[in-house]
Amino acid sequence: MSTLLWIVVLPLLASIFVTAARQWQRSYLALAVAAFPALALLLLLPSAAAIFSGEVLRYQVQWLPLIGLNFSLHLDGLSFLFSLLILCIGLLVILYARYYLSAQDSMARFYAFLMLFMFAMLGVVLSGNLLQMWFFWELTSISSFLLISFWSQQGDARKGARMALTVTAAGGLALLAGIVLLGQITGSYELSVVLTQTEQLQQHAAYPVVLALVLLGAFTKSAQFPFHFWLPNAMAAPTPVSAYLHSATMVKAGIFLLARLYPLLSGTELWFLAVTLAGLTTLLVGAYFALFQHDLKGLLAYSTISHLGLITLLLGLDTDLAAVAAIFHVINHAIFKASLFMAAGIIDHETGSRDMRKINGLWKYMPVTATLAMVASASMAGVPLLNGFLSKEMFFTQTLHQGVLGSLSWLIPLLATVAAIFAVAYSARFIHDVFFNGEPIGLSKTPHEPPRYMRVPMEILVALCVLVGVFPQWFIGDLLSQAAVAVLGSAAPEYSLALWHGLNIPLLMSVLALAGGIVLYINRKHLFVFQAGFAEQPAIYRFENVLQRFVQRCRSLTAAIDNGRYQRFAGLMLVLVLWLCGAPLLELASLQGNRPALPLDMLVLAGAAILCIAAIATVLTIRQRLLSLVMISVVGLMVSLAFVRFSAPDLALTQLSVEVVTVVLLMLALYFLPHKSVKQSSPGHLVRDLALATGVGVVIGSLAFAMLTQQTDTISDYFLQNAKTGGGGTNVVNVILVDFRGFDTLGEITVLGIAALGIFKMLTGIPRFMSGADGEGRRWALDSHPLLLAVVSQALLPLALLVSVYIFFRGHNMPGGGFVAGLITAVAMILQYVAQGVDWVKPRLKVEYSTLISLGILCATITGLASWLFERPFLTSWFDYFDLPLVGTVELASAMAFDLGVYLTVVGSTLLILANLGKVTTRYRPVHKEQS
Amino acid sequence: MELVMAIVIGVLTSCGVLLVLRAHTFAVVLGLTMLSYAVNLFIFASGGLTAGKGAVLGVTDIYADPLPQALVLTAIVIGFAMTAFLVILAIRARAELGNDHVDGHSGSRQQQESRF
Repeated sequence: MSTLLWIVVLPLLASIFVTAARQWQRSYLALAVAAFPALALLLLLPSAAAIFSGEVLRYQVQWLPLIGLNFSLHLDGLSFLFSLLILCIGLLVILYARYYLSAQDSMARFYAFLMLFMFAMLGVVLSGNLLQMWFFWELTSISSFLLISFWSQQGDARKGARMALTVTAAGGLALLAGIVLLGQITGSYELSVVLTQTEQLQQHAAYPVVLALVLLGAFTKSAQFPFHFWLPNAMAAPTPVSAYLHSATMVKAGIFLLARLYPLLSGTELWFLAVTLAGLTTLLVGAYFALFQHDLKGLLAYSTISHLGLITLLLGLDTDLAAVAAIFHVINHAIFKASLFMAAGIIDHETGSRDMRKINGLWKYMPVTATLAMVASASMAGVPLLNGFLSKEMFFTQTLHQGVLGSLSWLIPLLATVAAIFAVAYSARFIHDVFFNGEPIGLSKTPHEPPRYMRVPMEILVALCVLVGVFPQWFIGDLLSQAAVAVLGSAAPEYSLALWHGLNIPLLMSVLALAGGIVLYINRKHLFVFQAGFAEQPAIYRFENVLQRFVQRCRSLTAAIDNGRYQRFAGLMLVLVLWLCGAPLLELASLQGNRPALPLDMLVLAGAAILCIAAIATVLTIRQRLLSLVMISVVGLMVSLAFVRFSAPDLALTQLSVEVVTVVLLMLALYFLPHKSVKQSSPGHLVRDLALATGVGVVIGSLAFAMLTQQTDTISDYFLQNAKTGGGGTNVVNVILVDFRGFDTLGEITVLGIAALGIFKMLTGIPRFMSGADGEGRRWALDSHPLLLAVVSQALLPLALLVSVYIFFRGHNMPGGGFVAGLITAVAMILQYVAQGVDWVKPRLKVEYSTLISLGILCATITGLASWLFERPFLTSWFDYFDLPLVGTVELASAMAFDLGVYLTVVGSTLLILANLGKVTTRYRPVHKEQS
Repeated sequence: MELVMAIVIGVLTSCGVLLVLRAHTFAVVLGLTMLSYAVNLFIFASGGLTAGKGAVLGVTDIYADPLPQALVLTAIVIGFAMTAFLVILAIRARAELGNDHVDGHSGSRQQQESRF
């Protein structure tokens, strides 16, 4: 079912498309954007038949099957319902936003973020893998951040966005921890597998932890108490965003998660208690505070919190039908709340204010909008004949049948009624305060009806409120029952979606709520006075305060460890090395292993002695830098000899050539750096450093000894056996580099190239600072190119190049290869610079070294890609033998082309570094383009 | 022979660490070079020491372990690139800040505070 993939990806394509179509005329842009989700909707709808007959559609692409990571999509009743909501309301919001955004706002940017969000949200509901779902979950947080801060010039938009991101992303991290634990316990991240492991999970000792972490994720996302405070502050977003993200879809993601994992996590005491209490508190807090908001959107935000609490509460009840009621209310709430937000947006748009103390009596100015808004808020209040009434009835019924609080369970229906009274009161306020209650006060413009098409989305949604309210079974019966099956994991119990269930207690509760709400609204003045007594700092400042203090705390903690001094930090890290490497050694009984030792010979002993003396001399002479440099080059040479002695000819060749370039480099560095160290470390420092150095040396030496004397199983036998037959070369080291581990080598030459380019960048535009004399005040010799060296080096060049060609070609079968050949060529070229000077070389050598690097990496990459032409994996090598007249049998291997890439990169990088460093003092010094 | 190798690695590490902890960039560069010798030898040694039996097929019947050799070979080249990067960084720092102290300033408290 790759249509599933398209449903998810289409909004992403829309997002990319919009950024390209920035210049389009606004209506065309909106139309073009809408085409993508419309297409996705067309792809989704045909699957309705399959979904309604109880099928689950899946789509999977293998990614890392060995560790159970696959890209998988999963469409069942629940995800179908949510996808439908996301796509349909999304389409309406696109249309609405076309008229809502003003000419100064970048419509393309808005749509790009909106579509990114839609992509993420579809990803959440359609994911068949928990980790993948988490990825999309975080993407919804990020796109929500971008959308809330859409008007980034406004301070409260930035603050609100930051708050929303902090809260939801922190919850997301908790969720990730929960999911990983879940995966560990159940052994899989695939939804289809995980959901069958209910018993295993619930009996596991870590179940409470998993539950807490998952709930933390869900509650932060769905703005449950005490994390609800971010939602009202997110109202700084443009209203289409509030309608879409913060009422209909994103805040429902937490609910979705609870519903998705319902079969897995629910059914325990802990679940009932935690979810019920969180839901109940949120329901009450939201409903209470909604009444006191003067901001139209603030009222709707708190009301949304309250309704989310209601849904959560339902998911926490232990009755059979509670989950069905929850899903039903998800649908209804999305419909009426989205339309109410759109109404708020229209009012804001046409009056220039959202303050309910100013906007009064709008009935006269916009009767159609007023009617629509009144129907929608009646639905919010739970007035019969509208969809909100039905789910609220169901909710009341469930509260009467549950027993989650034991003998205190009677509290829940009571408190539910109290919340419902407040819901009626704030709905009444929305209607009465805005559309009646006198005349508008101090508005900047005269209100009027919005553009015709701005109202269309609202009309559709309000029509749905009525249609679902009157013909529930006919409209959403199948949708609901299949979603319920998905949530419960089994067939839903019998229930009837009907308007009239006879005279019963739930109906009584509804009547009580309606009457109580009206009474409460009429007497609201007293309550307002009471509430005004709490002079509270807005949540946003408190939150910012906490955040700032937290950052400050972290900063001082960091400063306590890292005072900005390199020496101290390096020392601390070495102490850590000492500890981590030394502690295991203490547990080892003996360092001596069972590997037969090589007999000692005097030559090696002598070499080792020279090496150690040279190393110590390097340290001792560090204040006379040139001498120190000579000493360290002795160390390097002895290391190369060690490689020769212990059967590593390739390494010896490489080390030797690298030694040459390193010394040239350090000589050049000496020219630029001070020639003497002025400051000597204090004795205390010196003792400390000496102790640390000795300690690390002893530990590493012991470790080396333990390793050297240990008989180990090596995987190298594989390489030895297959080098000739599979890689076509007898020099196993080279075959490993260009064939077995070719991908590593490709990465390494890339790093080399990047380092060289970075160096070039650092040398570009370097200020002139060199003195004309050395440390002792002797002036630099001007005659820098001795004749003898110039002549010899010229003669040497072709010879050296020949050697490097030879080394290159024999590399596959004998010691040598691209790395060594490249270094030899580089050394030969550097010699020209040294002997003749830049002024002489520059006109004669018209090669851009950076081009050489790119060519090298390109050559190696193309060699790797070429194997795709033969339908083999990346970097599969090929070789064959040919008989040529005169020359004899010649081997041709694709590895050679790869090695050529290595060669070019090494030559290019080495020369780019050294030649440019050498050029700094000449007229060819690297400068910024704009300066030259 | 193994003991000699271990001692060499130990001495190189000690000298490298001591140099890395100095206050001047040149010493730190030398220290890192020294440490990379030590590390290369260490990785090389992880294959065990073998005398006179290079990993070229058809020459002998037993071979030295080729894998650490391949690892070290690229490490040597990359090590050069990193040393070069550090050296140039030190030169640039000297050019911009006028001294070769690892912290970019000579280290007295007042100076440090006046900079931030």
